[in-house]
Amino acid sequence: MSTGQRTTVAPPKPGAHQTNTLAVAAEHLASTDTAAEKRSTDFYRQMVFIRRFEERAARAYTQALIGGYCHLNLGEEAAVVGLMAALRPTDYLFTNYREHGYALTRGIDPNRVMAELFGRSDGVSKGWGGSMHMFDLEKRMLGGYGIVGGQIPLATGAALAIDYRGVDEIVMCTMGDGTTNIGAFHESLNIAALWDLPIVYVVINNRLGMATTVDKSSAEPELYKRASSYRMAAERVDGLDPVAVFEAAQRAAATARSGKPFLLEVMTERLRGHSVVDPGKYRGAEEIALTQERDPLVTFAAHLVDTGLLTEHEITAINDDAVSRATAAAVFAEASPFPDVSTLFDYTYATPVANDSHRLPGQPLFEPAPFPEQEATR
Amino acid sequence: MSIMTYRQALHDTLRSEMHRDPDVFLMGEEIGLFDGAYKITAGMLDEFGEKRVRDTAIAEEGFTGAAIGAAMLGLRPVVEIMTINFSLLALDQIVNHAAKIYGMFGGQARVPLVIRTPGGGGQQLGATHSQNIELFYAFVPGMKVLAPSTPADAKSMMLAAIRDDDPVLFLENLSLYNTKGEVPDDDIPAEIGKAAVTRRGSDITLIGYSRMAYVAAQVAEQLAESDWLDIEVIDLRSLRPLDRETIVESVKKTHAAVIIEDDWLTYGIGAEIAATISDGAFDYLDAPVRRVAMAEVPMPYSKPLETAALPSTDDVIHAIRQTLDAVGRRRYPMGEKS
Repeated sequence: MSTGQRTTVAPPKPGAHQTNTLAVAAEHLASTDTAAEKRSTDFYRQMVFIRRFEERAARAYTQALIGGYCHLNLGEEAAVVGLMAALRPTDYLFTNYREHGYALTRGIDPNRVMAELFGRSDGVSKGWGGSMHMFDLEKRMLGGYGIVGGQIPLATGAALAIDYRGVDEIVMCTMGDGTTNIGAFHESLNIAALWDLPIVYVVINNRLGMATTVDKSSAEPELYKRASSYRMAAERVDGLDPVAVFEAAQRAAATARSGKPFLLEVMTERLRGHSVVDPGKYRGAEEIALTQERDPLVTFAAHLVDTGLLTEHEITAINDDAVSRATAAAVFAEASPFPDVSTLFDYTYATPVANDSHRLPGQPLFEPAPFPEQEATR
Repeated sequence: MSIMTYRQALHDTLRSEMHRDPDVFLMGEEIGLFDGAYKITAGMLDEFGEKRVRDTAIAEEGFTGAAIGAAMLGLRPVVEIMTINFSLLALDQIVNHAAKIYGMFGGQARVPLVIRTPGGGGQQLGATHSQNIELFYAFVPGMKVLAPSTPADAKSMMLAAIRDDDPVLFLENLSLYNTKGEVPDDDIPAEIGKAAVTRRGSDITLIGYSRMAYVAAQVAEQLAESDWLDIEVIDLRSLRPLDRETIVESVKKTHAAVIIEDDWLTYGIGAEIAATISDGAFDYLDAPVRRVAMAEVPMPYSKPLETAALPSTDDVIHAIRQTLDAVGRRRYPMGEKS
């Protein structure tokens, strides 16, 4: 497959929705008020912070301060901020394991997000989750999930609970492109459509499931079209433009609020490997160069400068601020204590239960009988 | 106190819990219009409506996962999986999600979910519909696995399961649904994690759960008469957590144990019980612990083959006699039986 095909958003087919490119967004921006202008600069600020935070996390990983897997949102910043802006504080978010940026943009304290990566007690999941399992009830981020597709039935059930209670809330459930091939995706979309559940499913399509391309894994590579099997409304949007993503996400959220599920496909880039440890050698130099050219931070910054919303000086200041906040988060995380080993058995069950095992490895089930005294003195 | 079937006890308890708590609702295949494959939910669609008695698509992973998600938001779903065999299709949602969510997020989300599902062979349903795989769930910390054997326990343990804030796999059994017993009128939940000594005795401890606890009680009565044996019977009731103390205390008294189980022998629940006895009552044992379990084959359809594969009361009696013979503790006249 040529890189040209890969890096181009597929042209709209008759009858399909197709949304804004940067050019359209520029026109849109030029004609709207200061609220929209402020939104754009806020988006940029959030995008830069995600970028610097993720870079700081990658460095901490190479310093062995972060363990396990560590998947970064590099290249997906525009998608993250556009999506999060369409949610209300009372809405719920379920994500996959590439979720640091979502946690930050949803408003969770960056220090607590970094502390979770470091496995510390101040972490957003108290050090029990790590990179893949960020959770915050107050911000209604109901989890990053490490199993591909695992979050989709759960998010669907959260939407069921909202519908059951008749409250004005929705669920957003993000996933990667590879996830649309798993059974849980199809079972969940079917259920959501049958029961008219208030949920927006979002496919973040960076065209790579680890190293496997969408074309090699999905018989219908235009993933938003899969919604048509469930008579569900769907749209594909340029994920390198935060304003376009925001507007599409607003349409999707409005549909969900009206009691119908929606599938939104967001076309993004993955600037680096699948996770921090993946050098991404399976991608050609030409493709990587093209990906970097399309880096949403670079293109959106240029756009903001061109349209006069930000000066080069302000761009630098935003960057400096992001660097210092990311650094502060790492300093906080490193200073935070590890969870006490005495808490190891605190989170197996929510309702305490008789005979729950609190044994450490090597401990006997029963205390051995004391050695007979007669024998011992012999 | 009323006499009723295991099925009726389940049905009545689900109904009363739905009346008690509007957050309790039912989901599963064919539980509404069809009244449930085994009629546990008969009439409940008419009584509670489609919102609370939800017929689902054939999508175990999807609807079980949806129940988990609804539970995360505070509802108390009771999911029926038609038989435990089909729960394999929901294994990721149960093992990787329901059992993990409380711990994985540092105690921030609870999953007050009940998964009701029957096990059981002996119905000529063949290899894929006759399994007893509760072990898969009992293996997983974060899960609670309950296996009532009597109508009274069906009620008290269902009350406990619904009111508990953790995911509970509630094991029923096809051949227990029509068994009858006394059921208390009061709504008193059982304590999860506790076994019960259902018959006091001093000669040998017989341990089972679900259908095999029922079989154990029958065998104990039979051998009391024919072999003058005083058998202690333990109904495990809770497979996770496991009440090791009750098992060990009994064996310290009887000095011998036979475990009967409807699952496969190798790596089965009985292996864990035997290890428990070895650890806690090694010095008290007069004989090796015996296990009676299903033959290790995919369950055949044909009746004689199926019967041969399933543990029978005769198999249990034989194992008890052999165990006691080996240490010279047989009580009935020698030579009378094998």
